Amino acid sequence: MLGIVRQKMLEQSLKKIRPAVSVLRSYSSAAKQMTVREALNSALDEEMSADSKVFLMGEEVGEYQGAYKITKGLLDKYGPERVLDTPITEAGFTGIAVGAAYYGVKPVVEFMTFNFSMQAIDHIINSAAKTNYMSSGRISVPIVFRGPNGAAAGVGAQHSQCYAAWYASCPGLKVLAPYSSEDARGLLKAGIRDPDPVVFLENELLYGESFPVSDEVLDSSFCLPIGKAKIERKGKDVTIAAYSKMVGYALKAAETLEKDGIDAEVINLRSIRPLDRSTINASVRKTNRLVTVEEAFPQHGVGAEICASIVEESFAYLDAPVERIAGADVPMPYAANLERMAVPQVIYHFSLFSYNYQYIYTHICIYMHANTHNFIHL
Amino acid sequence: MILGRAFEDMCAQMYYRGKMFGFVHLYNGQEAVSTGFIKLLKQQDSVVSTYRDHVHALSKGVPARAVMSELFGKTTGCCRGQGGSMHMFSREHNLLGGFAFIGEGIPVATGAAFTSKYKREVLKEADCDHVTLAFFGDGTCNNGQFFECLNMAALWKLPIVFVVENNLWAIGMSHLRATSDPQIYKKGPAFGMPGIHVDGMDVLKVREVAKDAIGRARRGEGPTLVECETYRFRGHSLADPDELRDPAEKAHYAARDPITALKKYLIENSLASEADLKAIDKKIDEVVEDAVEFADESPVPSQSQLLENVFADPKGFGIGPDGRYRCEDPKFTEGTAHV
Repeated sequence: MLGIVRQKMLEQSLKKIRPAVSVLRSYSSAAKQMTVREALNSALDEEMSADSKVFLMGEEVGEYQGAYKITKGLLDKYGPERVLDTPITEAGFTGIAVGAAYYGVKPVVEFMTFNFSMQAIDHIINSAAKTNYMSSGRISVPIVFRGPNGAAAGVGAQHSQCYAAWYASCPGLKVLAPYSSEDARGLLKAGIRDPDPVVFLENELLYGESFPVSDEVLDSSFCLPIGKAKIERKGKDVTIAAYSKMVGYALKAAETLEKDGIDAEVINLRSIRPLDRSTINASVRKTNRLVTVEEAFPQHGVGAEICASIVEESFAYLDAPVERIAGADVPMPYAANLERMAVPQVIYHFSLFSYNYQYIYTHICIYMHANTHNFIHL
Repeated sequence: MILGRAFEDMCAQMYYRGKMFGFVHLYNGQEAVSTGFIKLLKQQDSVVSTYRDHVHALSKGVPARAVMSELFGKTTGCCRGQGGSMHMFSREHNLLGGFAFIGEGIPVATGAAFTSKYKREVLKEADCDHVTLAFFGDGTCNNGQFFECLNMAALWKLPIVFVVENNLWAIGMSHLRATSDPQIYKKGPAFGMPGIHVDGMDVLKVREVAKDAIGRARRGEGPTLVECETYRFRGHSLADPDELRDPAEKAHYAARDPITALKKYLIENSLASEADLKAIDKKIDEVVEDAVEFADESPVPSQSQLLENVFADPKGFGIGPDGRYRCEDPKFTEGTAHV
């Protein structure tokens, strides 16, 4: 099991909180609020109107307005030839989309959750990711596979797995994981315009969250570069690298740490493949400490890859081993309290005197200063 | 057909001499199906095949030299040596592969057919009527993806012909041992499309059926399932010892060799003379020899080719050709969408 870090504090209470809206520090003139759902919907809308080769395919994307209402209104706008409700045949319709992409049209395939993509993973990897290489550049596959990824609330083991590590290990795919509305819009638009297969990992619990967006983000040509991470919060004591929902948790943890005098730098990875190693390394060379946070299973995960990258490139700069915070190494349990324990959580602090308590928390999302290091291994 | 046969025989020779390696699946005996169908296609029509795709590639027009070099793993091959025997792709001849997993090509073919309809209806390229042929075997007909695509092709009336090359054997598994109802053509009507059975060792019969099916697809009447009863004279691949098949069965089908049958037909009906046929044989031998020589002399891929072509655009869309972020260019954020 992974090490747990416990912080010793002087205050008494122990609280678990759900992540609230995090503030984007880089756009100071935050004009409008936009939910991630609206961001995705507007991105799809704009890309479909700009290029008639873009079409949507998936279960319930049309008449049902999208299983999570991401594709709301698009059927009415673009008609059933461009917004296709498919039968429940992931392998079949993913393959169909890949075949269509070979011919130059640009499908956006929605998986109701990425767990269902396992039925179609043969096509994502073998027909889509590897084809540009196997055909030596003659046939490219401009396709986007999108859908919610990772844990939701109480949906059980078969609906809660995070697939970032699986897809990111395969060359030929670009894997993106947006956090805020700006990320969602920019990365989806970039992914749709990109001539290569893109796996776009959203998060169901983020769909309803609002983030401030500037006018630039609302422009219909707005795109974010693929392969570049964003430093959400600058700091100098420790780097916290996360993606998707965990960025929100990391920002919350950073606020708490600030009260204790620890200045954390939070990196929103945005792109899992290609991984922005230079940004992460530059940050670690500045702060000398790294914590990676992900919701997925720990073994062979994104955190492991980041750790390897740091060890390869910035070993001399590390003052402490890389701390890897991930989901519990178990299939997701159903009971609400167990589920909470199986994913990283933001926990404020323990009292100095609860040092001896046997808390079986799997992971705690606060890093601490070297002097008061304390590890508990399960 | 003669090109296919001679080519495949040469492949076997080259494999045993060590020039070719890995998995090589030969098409001997099934040439009538490939020729019967593919020779009726236009250049824009596409073909999707399985790992037994050398002859499909040749029939579709990929030069023998390119195919042989690809098999040798040389840089002059149709995929510059990066695909190999099982992954033949050709953009100009619209050969969309070459798939190793059985059943994998069927949805891809259905997608290519979907594009034809999409281009016609949405992109308004009114004369786009390209048809797709999906070739696969009897073993594939038990795979889920096959049924999923029969359903969707019939549902959306896609211009595709599903061609089953039923050679009765899936490596060592007899079709009769693996399938509850061995008559594959009956699976078509269950999904609302015609299912036709044809003798796949007779190229003229195959051609008749193919004309009907391709015509149907081109007119927009929807998909067809054609089951061609054929046989492969060699083992599943060059590594297969082929011990399970009964020699009597092999002899029975060898007597129905499509090439010999067509030769007999031509001579009996005075459409060609012996001398003409011998001349064709000789010409083909020369083509194949030339292909081998060309492949032999071609260079192996350079080391730098290893990392090429993983992505069409490695930098990803957000980074422009000058290396800077597109979103930093003020001219970039001038709306292009009419929302």
